[in-house]
Amino acid sequence: MKPRFKSILSLTALAALQLLFVLPYFFSGALAAEATGAFGPAPVLAAGDYPKVTGVNPRMFVWMAAQMHLWFAAFVLAVPIFVLLLEVVGVIRKEKRYDKVAYEFLRVSLTAYSITAITGGLLLVGLIVFYPDLMKYLSSIFGSTMLLYALFFFVESAALYLYYYGWKPMSSGGLKWAHIGVGLLLNASGTTLMFIANAWVTFMMTPAGVDMAGVFDGNIWHAVRNHLWGPMNLHRFIANIAYGGSIVAAYAAYRFLGASGDKEKAHYDWMGYTANLVAIGALLPLPFAGYWLTAEIYAYSQQMGITLMGGLFAWLFIIQAVLIGALFLAANYYLWCGFKRGVNGERYLKYVRYLAFVIAATFLVWFTPHTLILTPEEASSLGGQYHPLLGPLGLMPAKNIAVNIMLLFTFLSFLLYRRSHRTPTVKWARAGNAMEAALFTAAIANIIFLGVYYGYFTNSVYKVASSVPQVATTLFVIAACLVIEYLMHRNSETAELKWGRVPDRSQYALFLIAVSFTWLMGLMGFVRSAIRQHWHVYSVMRDNSPDAFTPSIAYAAKTVSVGTIIFMAIVAFIFWLSHMGREGEADE
Amino acid sequence: MRLLKFALTSLFFYLLLKAPGFFWDKPIPSSLVSMYMFFIVITVLLVMTITDEGARGLFAPIRALVEDPSKKLVRNAVFVILPLAAVFLAYDGGGLKATPSELRATHPAPPPLTRGYGKTFDLATLENPFRKIEKEDPEAFKSLVKEGGEVYFKNCFFCHGDKLDGRGHYAHALDPKPLPFTGGDTIAQLQESYVFWRILKGGPGLPREGGSSISAMPAWEKELTEEEIWKVILFLYDYTGNTPRSW
Ligand code: HEC
Repeated sequence: MKPRFKSILSLTALAALQLLFVLPYFFSGALAAEATGAFGPAPVLAAGDYPKVTGVNPRMFVWMAAQMHLWFAAFVLAVPIFVLLLEVVGVIRKEKRYDKVAYEFLRVSLTAYSITAITGGLLLVGLIVFYPDLMKYLSSIFGSTMLLYALFFFVESAALYLYYYGWKPMSSGGLKWAHIGVGLLLNASGTTLMFIANAWVTFMMTPAGVDMAGVFDGNIWHAVRNHLWGPMNLHRFIANIAYGGSIVAAYAAYRFLGASGDKEKAHYDWMGYTANLVAIGALLPLPFAGYWLTAEIYAYSQQMGITLMGGLFAWLFIIQAVLIGALFLAANYYLWCGFKRGVNGERYLKYVRYLAFVIAATFLVWFTPHTLILTPEEASSLGGQYHPLLGPLGLMPAKNIAVNIMLLFTFLSFLLYRRSHRTPTVKWARAGNAMEAALFTAAIANIIFLGVYYGYFTNSVYKVASSVPQVATTLFVIAACLVIEYLMHRNSETAELKWGRVPDRSQYALFLIAVSFTWLMGLMGFVRSAIRQHWHVYSVMRDNSPDAFTPSIAYAAKTVSVGTIIFMAIVAFIFWLSHMGREGEADE
Repeated sequence: MRLLKFALTSLFFYLLLKAPGFFWDKPIPSSLVSMYMFFIVITVLLVMTITDEGARGLFAPIRALVEDPSKKLVRNAVFVILPLAAVFLAYDGGGLKATPSELRATHPAPPPLTRGYGKTFDLATLENPFRKIEKEDPEAFKSLVKEGGEVYFKNCFFCHGDKLDGRGHYAHALDPKPLPFTGGDTIAQLQESYVFWRILKGGPGLPREGGSSISAMPAWEKELTEEEIWKVILFLYDYTGNTPRSW
């Protein structure tokens, strides 16, 4: 049997298996509802209702399976978005290299796709074995969406195989557009899958369509469209693009480091750069989607909001800040290392130290915690948990100032990078430069003023409100400068970029970005799910299993870190595999 | 020479971070200094290794020390001194001498409901019954604040201080210390329902999530009436010029 059919078959079998698991639950739930004519309340469970398997910690099992499934799912959802984008760009620009990279990447994601299905199966088995009553309750409400899920899973698998195996045969003329259509179908079904699964997860956090006792009103749309569904969909969608970009970039870095010739090096350098650009570009709007998500959590339950931001979980937000800061630092380093790709890059190298200073300074402000970890001596000389100098830095307004300036300076690095290989020839080049400088200065002044004035000298309500004009300022400057740059560099002297002319060190920045992303998703995902505390379905169905306590931050961080290592090891293995299989074939 | 520059730059920032402790007795906590320094050193390292020449220059002395045959004497000296220094540090106790630092949530999440005065308060919706009088009848509000002030000076100022800065007579003997109400870090960040819960239940009523959360703050539900607590809250905000968080 040809290997491709084998893999299609095994996948189909897996999907069918998953379906088989779900169906009885669906029907038992639906039948029960049918029999009584209405939906029952959420079951009240006792510790004995949770099956035990010696030697297996149920929570850990489900946690790990869910985490692995989520990482791989994010990967295989993101890569097709990316691949489709590249394919379309390739067609529009009529450049072969986009097509080549896109195809190369789709190949890598194929293995990941089957691992996604396997981990999904594991998760389902774990949930059904260890939390049968919860699953019964959820499927009595969500049964119909579970069927829909299975359906879309088939559609996605089919589209994926058509997309991959059709790449070469459908590579010209109208067929190419048909192929792009298949890619669109693939993405649409993948994203729908995620949206459906999001409905289940968000229902557990902010249940809707049920009363206090958990009795379902029968309208599935009510349960799906709960408080967090919208923001979660948006947040995960954007994050997936960023994540996909970072993984592709890491792959390119891996191949760059192992490249044998200059041509290969140049190719993977270019691929890494492009993928990283997409990753960072998608990262920029992510905090705002995050704000929306958090605001909705607060709006649904203040208790949940304070648990999230005010209590001990706040420390995970500090870790988040550290990781995101490290991510930005790495992204900037990557850009700076790339200055040398352009002929004029040399002349911008001397500015790097100032850029670095500002970015590092804002980064330090950004992760300064409000409540400090103190030794008793320090606590007694400070006379409390707060430091007179650092206290204000620990509050939101300072962080908003810091993050906006960090974004602006990252953008500045990007502008300098672009100029490393172009020299404007328009007459008003000087005026244009001055205009950009003025924009930056005004923006920074405005951001600081808004933050300091509204943040520290007015009522709390304005504190949050002021972050909106700050962000607007940043985005406006970025947009305006891009327009000026575009006009200024029309017909400019553009030198060919010397791809491949970067130090190997820069590639490690790409690895760091991918690992940071993965880690972040795990840690913040833990927080997101842990703020439910001792509830399966928040305030409706109580978790009475022996594991219904919030683990310490250290425990959670260790679990996620081990998960990250396992995931990264598998990804490295996939990279290696995809490379292996191709060694013999000529890379056209 | 680049190596020296690297060391000096890092040292400069380190001293900068230590300065508030030396000159002002307000040390930046060592946990934070190490976090800051970690990223400062990395950033300096990054900046100095953007180009290959830069990186080579930076590490040249180290490479020479290990590889250069003419540096044999120095090399041997360094390889003897380094382990000895490590031994000394370990013997001396190093970082272990300091008392362990504590991770404590000063403002842990409140429970959704709390009981007192024979009823149940829902902290999500609870409001200060006197707050609306502030706009409706400023005069009456003033006298309520004054009564709150009396409650404060009869019960609270021993610990929280007569300027509400957390420096009362007893404060120096307590750990954790009484919190100040001035400044933007405490009640300015809280809703009145939260402050109400803290006064009602005190240190004994703190949830366990905040680590060891024993504090000397008494639970006032047996000593003060519900109205008195609301009034003293009015006083705390009024005196310090803070406004309660409203969202
Ligand atoms: C025996 C000393 C003592 C007395 C008397 C005392 N407190 Fe406290 N109070 C404390 C300590 C100590 C803390 C800090 C606890 C902590 O850090 O968790 C505290 C914390 C508080 C807080 C919490 C502030 C915050 O930001 O969370 C409030 C509100 C408060 N006290 C109000 C009062 C009021 C009102 C009175 C008088 C009715 C009073 N306290 C009397 C010792 C005292």
